[in-house]
Amino acid sequence: MDTAAVSDQAVTTLKIRRYDPERDSEPHWERYEVPYEASDRLLDALHYVKWNIDGSLAFRRSCAHGVCGSDAMRINGANKLSCKVLVRDLGPEISIEPIKGLPVEKDLIVDMDPFFDAVKAVKPYLMTDDHEPTRERLQSAADRERFDDTTKCILCAACTTSCPVFWNDGEYFGPAAIVNAHRFIFDSRDSGAEERLEILNEKEGVWRCRTTFNCTDACPRGIEVTKAIQEVKRALIFRRF
Amino acid sequence: MQVHRYDTVIVGAGGGGMRAALEAGRRSRTAVLTKLYPTRSHTGAAQGGMCAALANVEEDNWEWHTFDTIKGGDYLVDQDAAEVMCREAVDAVLDLEKMGLPFNRTPEGRIDQRRFGGHTRDHGKAPVRRSCYAADRTGHMILQTLFQQCVKHGIEFYNEFYVLDLLLHEGATAGVVAYELATGEIHVFQAKSVVFASGGFGKVFKVTSNAHTLTGDGLGIVLRRGLPLEDMEFFQFHPTGIWKMGILLTEGARGEGGILRNKDGERFMERYAPTIKDLAPRDLVARAIYTEIRQGRGCGPDGDHVYLDLTHLPPEQLDAKLPDITEFARTYLGIEPYTDPIPIQPTAHYAMGGIPTNVNAEVLRNNTDVVPGLYAAGEVACVSVHGANRLGTNSLLDINVFGRRAGIAASTYSSAKTTWVDLPDAPTAAVEELLGRLRDGSGSENAAAIRREMQETMDVNASVFRTETTLKQAATDLVGLKARYQDVGVSDRGRRYNTELLEAVELGFLLDLAEVLVVSALARNESRGGHSREDYPNRDDVNFMRHTMAYRSGPAIAASPDAEITLEYKPVVTTRYQPMERKY
Repeated sequence: MDTAAVSDQAVTTLKIRRYDPERDSEPHWERYEVPYEASDRLLDALHYVKWNIDGSLAFRRSCAHGVCGSDAMRINGANKLSCKVLVRDLGPEISIEPIKGLPVEKDLIVDMDPFFDAVKAVKPYLMTDDHEPTRERLQSAADRERFDDTTKCILCAACTTSCPVFWNDGEYFGPAAIVNAHRFIFDSRDSGAEERLEILNEKEGVWRCRTTFNCTDACPRGIEVTKAIQEVKRALIFRRF
Repeated sequence: MQVHRYDTVIVGAGGGGMRAALEAGRRSRTAVLTKLYPTRSHTGAAQGGMCAALANVEEDNWEWHTFDTIKGGDYLVDQDAAEVMCREAVDAVLDLEKMGLPFNRTPEGRIDQRRFGGHTRDHGKAPVRRSCYAADRTGHMILQTLFQQCVKHGIEFYNEFYVLDLLLHEGATAGVVAYELATGEIHVFQAKSVVFASGGFGKVFKVTSNAHTLTGDGLGIVLRRGLPLEDMEFFQFHPTGIWKMGILLTEGARGEGGILRNKDGERFMERYAPTIKDLAPRDLVARAIYTEIRQGRGCGPDGDHVYLDLTHLPPEQLDAKLPDITEFARTYLGIEPYTDPIPIQPTAHYAMGGIPTNVNAEVLRNNTDVVPGLYAAGEVACVSVHGANRLGTNSLLDINVFGRRAGIAASTYSSAKTTWVDLPDAPTAAVEELLGRLRDGSGSENAAAIRREMQETMDVNASVFRTETTLKQAATDLVGLKARYQDVGVSDRGRRYNTELLEAVELGFLLDLAEVLVVSALARNESRGGHSREDYPNRDDVNFMRHTMAYRSGPAIAASPDAEITLEYKPVVTTRYQPMERKY
């Protein structure tokens, strides 16, 4: 590990957008000086603030290594998981805001219900109409590979809340919902593609996507989100037109 | 205070809780309470796979799996329970596939299987390919698949509802009390049956693979209500955590051919487990690593870690089979696993012990009798299918088999019962007292500082190797920390998302559980599985082939210095396997 690059005394400034509706009339920025080590994640720096400076700072987190999806936030203007970026890679002053487009509940915590509602609306579960086999359904390795990318989604909302269309239009399903539809539309075992495509063909569906690639850049799992959306669009045209 | 009424209430929405919910939801009016959102649960961090003797790629049968589980658990496994788990494993995997889980496939299109630690062909002859997997994201796929099915079946979730108390009336289950994080409101959930599926307590240790939220709440709640906890001294240290950070790197890496090396580049596991080498069970590998380190063969300037070497594996294989863990090495260590070995050290990973249950997931209030209406499944429970050391993949199996069984048993019980048990008087009193003292008091102690000191003493004194001296040191430290906890202050007096208050409450559970672990470990004067006493290096079947049952008496107050832990013992169920020396 490259510990030489960062001395033991390294310090950064976190500039955090704070808002507690119980106390504040509007959001404001606060700054915190935080010492850090070379291996510290931004989440460690947030914990430093919470555990040593101001216990009231509110944020969600759980696994701390990028698989649970709790801690998506806007970091230096871009959506990331705070546990999947290192402090030393973020510069001497790090701005941290809640993800955009969902109501802020307190500090970095937003109301996730609209996000999950959109995901649920695309019927994100296997639908089959054949007889259930005694053993497993067979699926070739190639068919399995077809939808591999979109199985990686952890529902962190980094993609959806980086999308300018979603910011301006709360009705748009958003990238994450489309990713989760994609995961089943292209699964050879599933027979619900038509139903899902119908939903995504609605006015709040895939056609709102402006292909800005923000979602692909934001995805902490490296999913090619925009590509998945384009594949859904193509499936709609190919099957229906 | 709001009061809700359900037939079945499930506490926790990881794999065990959601598997239970899928069964309970179709048989009874069911609610699932979680302090997170379901998809944040730590099941999602499991990587390597879920074993079942499908025999898709080579000969295998569930009896071999049962034997491996029992031997892996150093004969502290209840053998009837292990038989149930390994027999039902096959259907548990097939059920998940039918729910849509995207397993990796064989060329014939069947579920692919790979090798895993301690899983062998024909009673230890050679490693066997038994682990069904989806790259190194098997837990993620299980969590997502179960969540998808819960969406499909309209399971009712109460997200960010933190359960803080179990309500019993004349010994029978009456419900739970929960704290709503968004509002600070207290809710009573009256229920005919309650299933605890709230996970483990790895946060008693500092270097751990566990999420910040794994604070043993369910265990702490039942302990304070006077119910026993079983085999709490048995805590698993996973051999391959990222050095200093503890982030899990799957055993599947060794299943794919990865090798552990010391500073001389030696494949040291050949000396400790000549037959299955790097695929020996976790307790054995973790001890081997620390032995190498102690004998001066550790890597790095301080000689405090060893290497997981994947450099001889083709990059295509790493990309296809181990994409996440190789990315972890790049993200957190700046290391390229194609070309460089990864520094690792054992990391606190899994509680073998927990709330004692029988094979129907019914919670025991002593060695034989159940608590009517109370169930537990997953890491929070101790059936005991893992004994003194769990085999890799058997936790994902456990949550599916016993989550399902808990859901069926709890909802069958609640639908047969025509009325609810009366709520006890002042059902929220204990929770209000706890929250009020922390939130509105004038305490001056910092919860984070106490937690850090607890984790440090547990890492130093109660982890892979233990002695009477180190355990007594931990016990002494915990007495001091519990006393200081009584004076913990919370600066945030707000109601809304008061996560500082939440963390202070969690710390109370952790302190109680650390104490139970240490007290149970001090009394077990032998070495067995994950409990390794250097002052008693041998297994002692005459005196200790028995389960520890720890009870707490005294005030039901969080981390109370006046509470006392007393130990009793419960026989191990043996069916067809007599204890043998454990060699690999």
